[in-house]
Amino acid sequence: MYHWAYEDVLAFAKSWSVVYFSLMFLAAFAYAYWPKNRERFRRAAHIPLRDEDA
Amino acid sequence: MNHGWLEKNSFFMLIGIILVVAVGGAVEIAPLFWVHGTVEKIDGMRPYTPLELKGRNIYVREGCYTCHSQQVRTLRDEVERYGHYSLAAESMYDHPFQWGSGRTGPDLARVGGKYSDEWHRAHLVDPRSVVPESIMPPYKFLFSKALDYRDVGQMLTANRMVGVPYSEDQITRAKEDLEAQTDPNSEGADDFRKRYAKADVRDFDGEPSRITEGDALIAYMQMLGTLVDFKTYRAQAPEHRR
Amino acid sequence: MQADVAQTPWRFDHFFIPLVLFLGFAAALFEAARSPEAPMVAQGWIFAICMGLTGIWYMWMYAGRTPADETRTYADGVVKAGVIAAMFWGIAGMLVGVIIALQLSFPNLFYLPNEAWTNFGRLRPLHTSAVIFAFGGNVLIATSFYVVQRTCRAHLFGGSLPWFVMWGYNTFIILAGTGYLLGISQSREYAEPEWYADIWLTIVWVCYLAVFLGTLIKRKEPHIYVANWFYLAFIITIAILHVVNNLAMPISLLQSKSYSLFSGVQDALTQWWYGHNAVGFFLTAGFLGIMYYFIPKRAERPVYSYRLSIIHFWSLIFIYIWAGPHHLLYTALPEWAQTLGMTFSIILWMPSWGGMINGLMTLSGAWDKLRTDPVLRMLVVSVAFYGMSTFEGPVMSIKAVNALSHYTNWTIGHVHSGALGWVGYVSFGAIYCLVPWLWKKQLYSNALVEWHFWISTLGIVLYITSMWVAGIMQGLMWRAYNDFGFLEYAFIEVVEAMHPYYIIRAVGGLLYLGGALLMVFNLWKTVRSGAPAAAPIAVVPAVAAEAA
Repeated sequence: MYHWAYEDVLAFAKSWSVVYFSLMFLAAFAYAYWPKNRERFRRAAHIPLRDEDA
Repeated sequence: MNHGWLEKNSFFMLIGIILVVAVGGAVEIAPLFWVHGTVEKIDGMRPYTPLELKGRNIYVREGCYTCHSQQVRTLRDEVERYGHYSLAAESMYDHPFQWGSGRTGPDLARVGGKYSDEWHRAHLVDPRSVVPESIMPPYKFLFSKALDYRDVGQMLTANRMVGVPYSEDQITRAKEDLEAQTDPNSEGADDFRKRYAKADVRDFDGEPSRITEGDALIAYMQMLGTLVDFKTYRAQAPEHRR
Repeated sequence: MQADVAQTPWRFDHFFIPLVLFLGFAAALFEAARSPEAPMVAQGWIFAICMGLTGIWYMWMYAGRTPADETRTYADGVVKAGVIAAMFWGIAGMLVGVIIALQLSFPNLFYLPNEAWTNFGRLRPLHTSAVIFAFGGNVLIATSFYVVQRTCRAHLFGGSLPWFVMWGYNTFIILAGTGYLLGISQSREYAEPEWYADIWLTIVWVCYLAVFLGTLIKRKEPHIYVANWFYLAFIITIAILHVVNNLAMPISLLQSKSYSLFSGVQDALTQWWYGHNAVGFFLTAGFLGIMYYFIPKRAERPVYSYRLSIIHFWSLIFIYIWAGPHHLLYTALPEWAQTLGMTFSIILWMPSWGGMINGLMTLSGAWDKLRTDPVLRMLVVSVAFYGMSTFEGPVMSIKAVNALSHYTNWTIGHVHSGALGWVGYVSFGAIYCLVPWLWKKQLYSNALVEWHFWISTLGIVLYITSMWVAGIMQGLMWRAYNDFGFLEYAFIEVVEAMHPYYIIRAVGGLLYLGGALLMVFNLWKTVRSGAPAAAPIAVVPAVAAEAA
């Protein structure tokens, strides 16, 4: 069984993890700023203000 | 790309959260088990003797870790104050680790052998009798309480189940070994020494007639940080670089 | 009871909860009868009593009738119980905090050499668990039950299951707290309870997740409001952290002691992965859920930017989970893990401040309310403290700073600026909102809230400034060298130097406790003799049919 060494972890961290993190962030960002979602989020933001207590 | 389904659907939201939080933990913790050299291969480490393990249980029970660390960092002043910085291998049999998080009191990683048993006893009974400025609470009760070691064999077994390499012999003889460690003149003392290299064999609490919790705690503290011989340890050797 | 149940349609909770209580009761009696160690016998009796009382209560509440709460639009009885439990444990936990602060200031004040349970080492976990899990946990369960119902426009899922979560969780608290005093501890910080209490908490927590998720699923609102995202992330992540960090081998099923599955360096990182994310998901994500509901509600304005809240959420939960290794800098943990932990801790500053800006800016255009509404001010100041401690945290995780700050009182100060300022104030603010809303009364006295705010703010200032000075002084004295190149101070000289700061800290804690006592009095008067709510809220008849 091959054991990873520090250098291997480092190489991975410097390459693929950067791509991974960027993609994750872009996904969240795109979702939040997708034009079609604008109205949905505007309505969502008002949810706490509409819940008249029963 | 429309993520509407993600936030609309509670179930997928749940899965999304699990995936996102699982990544960090997995990437950081899992490699510690298989990246080469996380724990140095080193001479001198051995599992705790039954008496030391009992002492360690008391250390855990009384919450000593809330004020004392057991981890000398790789900083000049710490090495000069406490001794060689701690190696990963030195806590390889520690279930759980006792590195601590604060130093209201001093680090104890290398306290073993620095003070006499008498000093430890006086200090535990009444800390301010030997260190007037100390703010440590008293542990007098340890010395009036006989050590309950009926279950020490089970304790070794449980440790073996989580990976501590106790031998069959060590487990079956756990009770005798515990008694032998407090009495250098006993029949079992020589056998005990063979099973546990570098273990101290003596009465620790100053009262040879009985085995108290104080015996166990002092035996544990007196071995802390003493197993590895740093005269022969080469920190710069390739196999020790991490 | 059997006959009564037969009259009503079969319900899962009416079968499941009595079964769990019975099994718990039987197991507890078995431990009490057979365990060879006194502390475990005591724990057995305590657990049996908790199970028995819960069972009696359950029969009284549900046998042959359906409590009014289940037919109302929202189940608020369990929220009320959570609020009361939170205040009770809050006072208890803060009191223990003051006691241990005094122990460090005057070690001979509580000098009982033969009473092990009075020692700092046993009382400190009692303090941390009481304020984090007993106070904070009850606040989170109560507010999450309140918020999820309002924002989903749905009754809590699970029938009587929310009540089981409430009693079950508080049983865990009692088991944990009495265990510490009896000397039962795993020595894992903020995860000290032993294996049997951990198993119990796991059962309760799964039920909590079921209630919360079930309510989300049956919601009538198309969108899941962002506060619920934070609550859900808190519940599910704490479940993962709790299970992994508490993996252990008991020495026998009749004894309390267990040995952790991992050892040494792996165990250290597992524990601090847990420990830091107890901060990240229990004390941050959960309470951000409170922020995202109660600040908009109280200010009567929508959150500043809903889009920012989405980015805030995903980046916070993604980044937080990596920050654990900053508790282990310069230790035997491999260098790569240390670097990773430090890097993510610094990045964490950004989502944290994104959330802070979102909370604070919700007030834009309504800043005058801070002057007139002390409850809203408490909520907003909590967010300011959140900003402060989430800036301080990344700074302290920089290796060069950590070399100085780690192991010192600076860490204690940092934790308390978050705990007293952020968690404490956001909880107090939410409870000041909730009690009048739940009991449909006007708050007894706004002036008392003002007093509470200013007394406890003074307490926080004394606490964190004394610990800053003490911590930095400690770090500098430990590393000070004299002209001959030797360490200048013996360790005990540094302990001595801490004395005045420990006293100031105890005074700060006492003031904070005093403020909380004012709050209890104010809430008590509100419930007992407060004027009815100004605009009586129409009681909508039962929507049981709709809910079913």
